[in-house]
Amino acid sequence: MIAKQVNQKAWFMVLPVFLVVAFSAIIPLMTVVNYSVQDTFGNNQFFWVGMDWFRDLIHSDRFHDAFLRQISFSAIILAIEIPLGIMIALAMPKKGWGVPVCLISMALPLLIPWNVVGTIWQIFGRVDIGLLGHTLAAMGIDYNYTQDPIAAWITIIVMDIWHWTSLVVLLCYAGLCSIPDAYYQAAKIDGASRFSVFRYIQLPKMQRVLLIAVLLRFMDSFMIYTEPFVITGGGPGNSTTFMSIDLVKMAIGQFDLGPAAAMSLIYFLVILLLSWVFFTVMSNIGEESSNGGA
Amino acid sequence: MAHITLKEIAHSYAGESENPEDFALKKLNLTWRDGGAYALLGPSGCGKTTLLNIISGLLHPTRGQVLFDDEDITGLPTEQRNIAQIFQFPVIYDTMTVFQNLAFPLKNRGRNKKEIEPRVIELAKILGLEKDLHTKAQHLTADSKQKISLGRGLIRKSVNAILFDEPLTVIDPQLKWELRSQLKFLHKKFGFTMIYVTHDQTEALTFADEVIVMYEGKIVQAGTPEALFEKPEHTFVGYFIGSPGMNVCACELQENRIVIEGHELLLNRTYTAVKATEKVEVGIRPEHLSLAPPDTNGLPVKIIRVDDIGRHKIVRVALNDKEFNVVAPELSDMTGDRCSLQFDTGHTNIYVNDHLISGERM
Repeated sequence: MIAKQVNQKAWFMVLPVFLVVAFSAIIPLMTVVNYSVQDTFGNNQFFWVGMDWFRDLIHSDRFHDAFLRQISFSAIILAIEIPLGIMIALAMPKKGWGVPVCLISMALPLLIPWNVVGTIWQIFGRVDIGLLGHTLAAMGIDYNYTQDPIAAWITIIVMDIWHWTSLVVLLCYAGLCSIPDAYYQAAKIDGASRFSVFRYIQLPKMQRVLLIAVLLRFMDSFMIYTEPFVITGGGPGNSTTFMSIDLVKMAIGQFDLGPAAAMSLIYFLVILLLSWVFFTVMSNIGEESSNGGA
Repeated sequence: MAHITLKEIAHSYAGESENPEDFALKKLNLTWRDGGAYALLGPSGCGKTTLLNIISGLLHPTRGQVLFDDEDITGLPTEQRNIAQIFQFPVIYDTMTVFQNLAFPLKNRGRNKKEIEPRVIELAKILGLEKDLHTKAQHLTADSKQKISLGRGLIRKSVNAILFDEPLTVIDPQLKWELRSQLKFLHKKFGFTMIYVTHDQTEALTFADEVIVMYEGKIVQAGTPEALFEKPEHTFVGYFIGSPGMNVCACELQENRIVIEGHELLLNRTYTAVKATEKVEVGIRPEHLSLAPPDTNGLPVKIIRVDDIGRHKIVRVALNDKEFNVVAPELSDMTGDRCSLQFDTGHTNIYVNDHLISGERM
């Protein structure tokens, strides 16, 4: 047998990628890690504090509140956008002139930049000049997102649904279109009800795209910053101060680099952990009970 | 169970149209006897699947009626027709176990558990799926998935007919044979009306009591496998059935004589004269041709190729630019590439414009 020649030159091929990743991800992340374990009183003088920032942060009410708001927001967004997206995708036509019309009108909100979406809704909801705010006020409904936390939340949630449900719809629609006709024909032959068709054909076939939709919507909603910043600026009070807004306040407003660095690391780890949980759970749906009946 | 009648059925995917070219299925009348085993044979795109989907109600025919036992059910949706259909590629419900898959058609029709369970187990045994009953269907091989599809088609005892749309395409040749025998066995045991669509002649001829050959949206012949082989009513049937297919060759016809490339052959039938503008052809199976040493009685031909396929040889011979396939057991007494081609006149058919004409026996 001829001994396999080891050629170490291949490492040079990997070098460009390594450099790009180093400068775009690893080094910036490491500076954050660096800040998170030090304190400074200005003059570019730093001293070591170890895990103190992390400990402080984890025990602070401010962080708990922001985290709770963030988690609730993501949960509400997912609970509404995913079922709504599936329903709209199911209702969309499969052929004819309606297809391009629906696809384009669905894609439109996705093309608008975040800060513009925020501005649109900020004005839309204003009681004095906004169409929505003014109409509601005229109908005698007490709606003012600058003063009422509930109104602020509702505004941001409705805005997010308007902005992002399309993404779920388009993904689900792509999943639905890939189901061969034979499945629907077989279901007719088997006498399946409309619900059974959804439960046993459409939903399982959409599983993969739904996984992507849930992951994307979770990550995006968990990191939401621009829109609430433009609409409410985190108010009224702290009621819409999500983790990202709090982080910016801490890092740039108060210039607390150490705690802010610790918070961004925790933030990052939470997103990583929850994404991993979603991924594992959803890709194992259907697998876990595979031997359940045996 | 019922007998199925197709009355003046025609279908165009473009909707009602004056142009006969639009019709994937040209006007046809057909009756399927209750309990019969039929095969619909034809090349891809000849309208077999269209016809099947019209019977099951997945398609609404542009014209004509579908009758089950003299009752017009053309307007009834698929689920009310009590029909089973199996498709070319396996259709399984991924998230269900094999058991649940098989039980699904019964469950949807509100049968109770006591009735479903023994039936599923019985069928799983016949199909060889009893070991996998409680595994998820999506973890099985393509073969087993198709068996599940078959099983869902066979599970209901009271169906009017079971329609098979090239169901064994994805199955291994070895298993194909086995499953086909099982289908025949099930047909005998339960007496279902079975309609089997295929483009594979062996499959059609072994499965069915009656084979319906379709070509370009029309039925060109319906008959027993034997009739299709011996007396193809259309040159297409001759080409399509048999391996190699029937030899078809232009000729001139004069009462009981045909002339091929200036050589005369005597037939044992006499035919009435046909118009000069019509296309006259002689058709003969390779099995009914034989080769003799040169300069004996027969057409002087040249051997251009010999394929040895084991049990016998297929010899390709040429008479000027006309070529014939001959099935020959041995070629030991042949020297050189010249020989005489002899016709078995009892099995020589004459076609006018592709349709068989029958002469009078002399």
